[in-house]
Amino acid sequence: MAPARTQERSELDWVAIMCLAPSLLYVFAMFIYPFIYGIYVSLQPLKGEAWSFKNYVAFFSDPYQYVTIKTTFALALPNTIVVVLIALFLAYGMRRGIWMERTITTILVLPISLGVIFLSEGILGFYGTNGWLNQILLGAEIIQEPLELTHNFTGVILSLFMQNFPFCFLMLLGYISGIDPSLESSARMLGAGPWTIFRRVMLPLIAPGLIIAFALVFVLSFAVFPSAVMVGQPAGLTRTISIAAYQQAFEQYDMSYASAIAVIMGLCQLAALIVVIAVRRRTTIATTMGVGKR
Amino acid sequence: MADSINTLRISITKRYGGKTVLDRFPLEIRGREFVTFLGPSGCGKSTALGIIAGLVPATEGEIWHDDQRIDNVLPEKRGFGMVFQNYALFPHLTVFDNVAFGLSLQRRPAAEVKQRVQEMLGLVRLTGYEDRYPGQLSGGQQQRVAIARALVLQPRLMLFDEPLSNLDAKLRVEMRAEIKQLHARLGLTSIYVTHDQAEALSLSDRIVVLREGVLMQVGTPQEIHDRPKNVFVADFMGFRNFFDVELGHANGGIVESVSKGLKLRARATDDLLGPAVMAIRPEDIRVSRSADDVNSIRGKVELVEYLGREQEFAVSTEEGQRIWLRSAEKVALGDNIEITLPVEKLVLLPRD
Repeated sequence: MAPARTQERSELDWVAIMCLAPSLLYVFAMFIYPFIYGIYVSLQPLKGEAWSFKNYVAFFSDPYQYVTIKTTFALALPNTIVVVLIALFLAYGMRRGIWMERTITTILVLPISLGVIFLSEGILGFYGTNGWLNQILLGAEIIQEPLELTHNFTGVILSLFMQNFPFCFLMLLGYISGIDPSLESSARMLGAGPWTIFRRVMLPLIAPGLIIAFALVFVLSFAVFPSAVMVGQPAGLTRTISIAAYQQAFEQYDMSYASAIAVIMGLCQLAALIVVIAVRRRTTIATTMGVGKR
Repeated sequence: MADSINTLRISITKRYGGKTVLDRFPLEIRGREFVTFLGPSGCGKSTALGIIAGLVPATEGEIWHDDQRIDNVLPEKRGFGMVFQNYALFPHLTVFDNVAFGLSLQRRPAAEVKQRVQEMLGLVRLTGYEDRYPGQLSGGQQQRVAIARALVLQPRLMLFDEPLSNLDAKLRVEMRAEIKQLHARLGLTSIYVTHDQAEALSLSDRIVVLREGVLMQVGTPQEIHDRPKNVFVADFMGFRNFFDVELGHANGGIVESVSKGLKLRARATDDLLGPAVMAIRPEDIRVSRSADDVNSIRGKVELVEYLGREQEFAVSTEEGQRIWLRSAEKVALGDNIEITLPVEKLVLLPRD
């Protein structure tokens, strides 16, 4: 029996590898090769020149450049926390379905389909100094001076929120509504009220999904570029690391330096992901040992 | 149990949209009783249980626990225990923490929690499994944890929602005996929902047969088994032969009627006259001619199902009546045999 089984298995493995090959090739051509090439370019400032960390040294010794890391974190981290918390709250409330669920979900998800540029234009038109919101508030004499909601930090946060929220919400809604409803019923029958059920039963089960959603939203918002330019203040307050890289590449025409900045940006995202994964390991040992994901 | 129930009186109606799932479903359960809701899927039995638990709101009606009305009480405050079909164990907690869940919500001292959990795990024969996670247990073990988790709180009433239907046949029979033993040993009051007539017969003090939200019959297992009140219950309890008959007046306690060329005699039932149904179980039919020739029929074996000790087979009469019977007698396809439907085994039922 045993040899037959291994043979069958190796055949399956072979088929699996064959099926996997196109996607592996794609990942290599579209991701791994450009990535390695980027590192290579960043280490060799000029063709024929010796390899050096010159670009990296330049980045970290110039406050104008290295402060972009802080700026980007300051945008991405609060945005991620707010997006994940609100999405969790809404998705949890909608886990058993609600009245007009389809319509509401569609409205919540619509921003994804519009694209960042359109969204940012909309934000300018609505929240801008001469936008509808300010005109209404001024007209109603609720405020005397227009609110400064765009071309600053707030504008970028608004835009990031609208881009990332639908995605995070959908992901969590799928995750939460996949949890067996009888777990809640059984907790109730054991004397648990709604808050206890959330804290002691549902939250531990949602945690893995929550952490993944957090990681993805963070990486997405860390790479913020169009909205930082359009509704932010790209020369100052919202000069994110991606803008720094763009300026080096297309204003200074220093591809090598730009690549170095891009690599630093990638490393920052990687570092954040490692922290998140470490947290996940610690919080979900139990669930991965048991039934875990359903 | 410490705080057991004396009586639980129910009268509930449930509608989903325009569809009535339970129609003024009445029931009175006494302390220490084991009552089973029996019926095919979609008959409303699980809805009824959900309403008693408080998990499903009733459209109308009341639930009284002794002299206390409880249909407005939240499920977590009712003090009932419930066991679910899919076990519903918390996958992120160990067996110990699953069983301790309810006690820890009551903020009992750790020593007491530990002692009671250990005791309960011993009772369901799971000592030594404290640190396992539900995903590491078999289905039967998971269901025992679920039972322990509910019982450790000493519930006034235990609700079982098809607890054995996810288990394989052999385990089902074992667990059935275990539940019966726990019920007796702990003096529980239990309501049990199932679609399996064997489970209902073996466990219950009383069986409630439901069909599309309407109560068809309530009685002891023996009453339900031997004297079904209608074709639905008879069919559900394993009667396989039904003959449409027109009943005349009884003569010496016996009625005689003809159904598709079949002359049948049965014991009269007082209030039945006119269109009716005669029913008999396959295992009650004998393969032989009766001494007085009453209810004896000749027919040809058309179909044979091998069941191990016995076989169940269909016999067709010349007039085209098909009769199912079960016997250890060896018969073969195409045999011409004589069978007898004993007068005392034929049951008279009203026609639907």
